Amino acid sequence: MPVQYISGFTVVLEVLSRFWPVWIALLIVMGASFAYKKKLALYGQLFDSGVGIVGVGICLFWLFTAIFAATISPFDPLAQIPIMKDVLPGAVEPQSGLTYLFGGDKLARDVFSRMVYGSQIVLIIAPAATGFALMVGITLGLPAGYYGGKIDTVLSFLANLVLAFPVILLFYLLVTPGIMDTPIPYGMAGVFFLFPIIFFSVLFWTRYKNRPDRLYILLGITLILGGWIYLGLVFDRDPLHIVHIDPNQLNIFVAVVFASSPGVFRIVRGLVMDIKTRDYVAAAQTRGESPWYIMLWEILPNARGPLIVDACLRIGYTTILLGTLGYFGLGLAPESPDWGTAIKDASRLLRSFIHPALPPTIALMSFVLGLNLLADSLREQSMKD
Amino acid sequence: MLSFVIRRLGTMALTMLCLTMVVFFLINLEPNLKKLAISQTEMHTSAEQLESWLVNHGYRQNFFVRYGQWLGLVPKQPVTDPATGKPAQRFSFCNDPLVSTFSGVLEGDFGCSTKFKATVASKLFPALGATGILMFWVLVVMVPISLLIGILAGMREGSRTDRVLSVASIASTATPEYVSGVIFTVIFASWLGWLNGSAASASQGITFYNFTLPVMTLAIYGIGYIARMTRASMVEVMTQQYIRTARLKGLSFGSVVVKHALRNALIAPFTVIMLQFPWLLTGVVIVEVMFRYQGFGYTLVEAAGNNDIDLLLGCSLVSVFIVLITQLISDVGYAFLNPRIRVQ
Repeated sequence: MPVQYISGFTVVLEVLSRFWPVWIALLIVMGASFAYKKKLALYGQLFDSGVGIVGVGICLFWLFTAIFAATISPFDPLAQIPIMKDVLPGAVEPQSGLTYLFGGDKLARDVFSRMVYGSQIVLIIAPAATGFALMVGITLGLPAGYYGGKIDTVLSFLANLVLAFPVILLFYLLVTPGIMDTPIPYGMAGVFFLFPIIFFSVLFWTRYKNRPDRLYILLGITLILGGWIYLGLVFDRDPLHIVHIDPNQLNIFVAVVFASSPGVFRIVRGLVMDIKTRDYVAAAQTRGESPWYIMLWEILPNARGPLIVDACLRIGYTTILLGTLGYFGLGLAPESPDWGTAIKDASRLLRSFIHPALPPTIALMSFVLGLNLLADSLREQSMKD
Repeated sequence: MLSFVIRRLGTMALTMLCLTMVVFFLINLEPNLKKLAISQTEMHTSAEQLESWLVNHGYRQNFFVRYGQWLGLVPKQPVTDPATGKPAQRFSFCNDPLVSTFSGVLEGDFGCSTKFKATVASKLFPALGATGILMFWVLVVMVPISLLIGILAGMREGSRTDRVLSVASIASTATPEYVSGVIFTVIFASWLGWLNGSAASASQGITFYNFTLPVMTLAIYGIGYIARMTRASMVEVMTQQYIRTARLKGLSFGSVVVKHALRNALIAPFTVIMLQFPWLLTGVVIVEVMFRYQGFGYTLVEAAGNNDIDLLLGCSLVSVFIVLITQLISDVGYAFLNPRIRVQ
């Protein structure tokens, strides 16, 4: 039985209608943001410029695509339907009557569904890894910048050591199937995932030292929640079996955090060295506040502007890194629908078929572009103040 | 200045020592050695035979002894042939000496590639040469274009040209090599048929037909970044007092930009271009694999994929050296270009 095709125009219409939950969610969020933009501080100011609106729009689009992936995609991203091998965009699958909107790849999977599901992998790993990198970078960068001296020399040397490693070499050494048999990734995960717990504990301790009623509640929440996630992520021993991460995803995660935290460290260190000369820091020192109180409650809030901008750019950069990992077939499973792996698979067959290559490349590019535009307009808005 | 350079060179040597030790440790992890032994012996060898291969080829010596041998601080011993009991060459294809000698990186011996069955030096340096040619053309394309875009955008901040060029350069920083490579290949090779989607023939002779796509792909990611830095620096210079004075003197806008602003605005991009090299290195690996160009990146991937210990160590030594030396050049060069900054 020959495969039926629908016209190009119908494909476009169908793709647009497939994304219906995304459009509704976008409409609600963007509408609400516009209506209350005066009350939303920095986020509201983003809606003053065209660049900002486009940036927020693209980022939200991919966020909602990841959330509603199961509703949007017509097929299972791993399902292979032999008759649909290498079909061109718009081919109708005879049994279900649904369409391979962007065609099929060499293993007869739906390119459209894979692109949609690929957003899930990127939108979970990239922001989470950036978050951990921020925690590590901030927790180490604050004392390095504030105290200077020996701590600074040692930490800066270590950071420069990691930064001198070409990223690609680092990944080839740290993300291999062999390394999963050694305790190295788990050891690194054990160290990195400790930082958020330390960070929040110190944060609450310095602030509410003299108010035990608040302190015990906040510290308790931090330790229980942090410890629970820690057990689940590092030892895979979550008693409730909710927090779970695949060993190879843990490996990627750790490698990405390791590669990007020295960058955060350098930025935080520079910002702290600048801010610690300000009068309000001197005032806090005269009041007799502890050094960690000054770092966390006086300096860090005043460094938030550049850090938010950097976080946006860094999520984009992490997305590119994940794509690089996928492109070299490191870490992620070969059938994984993430964009990098899809680009790798498709780019080898460009001579015969180009349609499986374009959706993941454009998806990756647009998401990173959205983040960069967002970062750019955030920078502009925060400079206005 | 001299003492600054010497101190930096000292830090550099220490960094390289630490990094090569880390790389050495990671490559010699048990699973990696197993993989190497399996790939180097016949099919279906037993665990004992794998182990004896590793022992016979000296992979079971103490970690620090082996690291010292690689560095050239500990003499390399010839292996003992288990059949005859006489000293034998570790790898016959590398012409290892039969007597104990100091021969490591410090003596200029980079070791022996198990994948290519040749000395590392005979593989690594031609590959570096090939990558050098690629890098040269990338810089020739990238630097003038990005500086031009940055200057045009930063000349009149907030103008339409500025906004269009800024968004274009943001878009180019959002396009990693594996994305732009695919898109360019689709457009120029598959669709228009103007250019060759593979640079494999470039080792015989570089032509416009086979070399444009890799150069374009590599350049595009860097262009956006350098252009944005140039723009920021240009915008800052254009708000200075001396620019206003020059304008008030009645000089034309063009001559103010060319004679007064440019020279000051180009100091910052110099640093950025130098610091761009480490990023280009990752790009080189992607592009060389994508377009099948036999250069440094291709060698690195082959070495890492086959766990070729000495070759991978050589590659990491070279890449770490490039990163550190460009950092040094950018610092020293910045001090030379900018008389306001003098290194203490």
